[in-house]
Amino acid sequence: MSHTPRTLYEKIWDAHVVETRDDGTSLIYIDRHLVHEVTSPQAFEALRMSGRKVRRPELTLAVPDHNLPTTARVDAAGNRLPIADPESAQQLAALERNAPEFGIHYIDATARQQGIVHVVGPEQGFSLPGATIVCGDSHTACHGGMGALAFGIGTSEVEHVLATQTLQLKRSKSMEVRVDGDLGPGVTAKDVILHIIGVIGAAGGTGYVIEYRGSVFENMSIEERLTVCNMSIEGGARAGLVAPDETTFAYLKGRPYAPNGADWDAAVAWWRSLATDPGAQFDRSVVIDAADIQPTVTWGTSPEDVVPIGGVVPAPESFADPSKRIAAQKSLDYMGLTPGMAMQDVPIENIFIGSCTNSRIEDLRAAAAILKGRKKAANVRWAIAVPGSGLVKEQAEAEGLDRIFIDAGFEWREPGCSACLAMNPDKVPAGERCASTSNRNFVGRQGPGARTHLVSPAMAAAAAVAGHLADVRDFTA
Amino acid sequence: MDKVTGMDGRAYPWGAKNIDTDVIIPAHWLKTISREGLGRGAFETVRAQDGNIFDDERYSGSPILIAGDNFGCGSSREHAAWALLDLGIKAVIAPSFSDIFSGNAFKNGILTVVLPQEQVDRLLEVAQTDEISIDLENQTVTTPFQDRFPFEIDPFRKHCLLNGLDEIGLTLERDTAIAGYEGNRAETMPWLAKGTEVAA
Repeated sequence: MSHTPRTLYEKIWDAHVVETRDDGTSLIYIDRHLVHEVTSPQAFEALRMSGRKVRRPELTLAVPDHNLPTTARVDAAGNRLPIADPESAQQLAALERNAPEFGIHYIDATARQQGIVHVVGPEQGFSLPGATIVCGDSHTACHGGMGALAFGIGTSEVEHVLATQTLQLKRSKSMEVRVDGDLGPGVTAKDVILHIIGVIGAAGGTGYVIEYRGSVFENMSIEERLTVCNMSIEGGARAGLVAPDETTFAYLKGRPYAPNGADWDAAVAWWRSLATDPGAQFDRSVVIDAADIQPTVTWGTSPEDVVPIGGVVPAPESFADPSKRIAAQKSLDYMGLTPGMAMQDVPIENIFIGSCTNSRIEDLRAAAAILKGRKKAANVRWAIAVPGSGLVKEQAEAEGLDRIFIDAGFEWREPGCSACLAMNPDKVPAGERCASTSNRNFVGRQGPGARTHLVSPAMAAAAAVAGHLADVRDFTA
Repeated sequence: MDKVTGMDGRAYPWGAKNIDTDVIIPAHWLKTISREGLGRGAFETVRAQDGNIFDDERYSGSPILIAGDNFGCGSSREHAAWALLDLGIKAVIAPSFSDIFSGNAFKNGILTVVLPQEQVDRLLEVAQTDEISIDLENQTVTTPFQDRFPFEIDPFRKHCLLNGLDEIGLTLERDTAIAGYEGNRAETMPWLAKGTEVAA
């Protein structure tokens, strides 16, 4: 037994080392692999070309999400509707063919369990605490909210995992982000992570795995922890995690792929042992007071470009770093904003509520609470709500949330990644703004020339009603 | 994989910071099921602007790109590496790279060379007129003006690049160790090995 105090990350890492070479590279066993249609076709093709098999097909789960249109998938008679874009149809057909060919469980586009991979994994109990979880998508960091070591991989690594159930990795440095205290009114998990990214910067977490610690994260639901961990990658960290606790176990129990019977008790016993030991060392510590976090929006084209909703568009000269000044000016030109403008005066034409960051039931409830009995402003041209999965959609409909969105002037869509990355037909037009609950405000992310302001679901709803970026606290008094 | 020993040639002196993978290859290009042909979509939004660096005749066809901090941040799309290769870029020099991008680049034989900002600034100046030389064996970047900048690279990656090794092939040779781990795991944590085969 080792008596050296270890972090949560170190414990999960150590439990997955198959072997370590002299140069420090370890062969790490992968417990769970999620596959979607966009980053897997070339991996399956390469396996086929080299005559290689999938080593452990039961440890991979396939579901389409990125490319899939969010309009109706079956007609009134229940027949499957064709996908108009031939390239999208071809990519979906490839996954539909590849999964059974290699013995992998596939959730069909029309199944009620279908959804965004990062919503489906936890919801199905496929994503487990203490597990190593990978997917060909950078927002795999999301599953860290379950207490898993989860990170995005490229297509060559997808192929590597399929063939060997392992990856060759070097251990990352560890960063503790501690937030203690009480969050103010209207401050959500999304505001917490946007604030953190503003503090550490978009490259601040490069080379690190982040552990989120402190009372703010301990008091969060799983949905909220998933939102926080999801955007670790926007802070540069490939993975971020929260220690599993009673909240985690209560969330998981009884889910389809969660352990059951005697397995459950053994699993919980191990999960309880994973929390960071007292005295364990982190390579870097960042401490934030919960009281300093306001409802937050982005003004630029990097997720580090954050400002409280009560703030103004910053002047490029206000940044000390010369290259940041240049980047800020380019961002303002792209965003069509001028320094000193109040964020609440920024008009909004599009609203997107969805994505792996904010499309779970709690997110839809938070937005609906603001929208109830209200309508979107006349200048808001397009507003869509895209549930993260078919099961989230069913739950929302059972609670009557769909009616609230529709009555407020929103479109109520089928699950998928949608306008987060504008790969399917859901796009924001050039030059128009979108208050978006997604994770990236990059140039062209939501469509060529689209201008993205990242916000929480409640803030997106407030912007829809106001017709401009708005303070959610003005709607809840 | 082809052996990679280094790269000599002209470089695009770009220097931009936080270049994300949506800029390298926008999402609408990701509908392909092939690795080929993505050069057409590479830096699409940048190339839509007049006077952009990629369509500047002085740098046309350069095998090296010089960028700013945090190159390749954002999405895990390996299409970014494939798009660079299709555009003819086989090495990128920057003060830092995103972790996922540098892994994807390595797996496609693209050199990612990390140098301090002041050395990158010097190379941006040299690249206006002259060639740059990257020597992987000796881990140096040199110019015709006696600049000589050493760089660090993971020894395993260097070994794989110099010898053109297939990482999956290497791992498959470790089958006994992987099977041993799995056997042990099946005893100690059987629930973790069940995946989608959990019986209710």
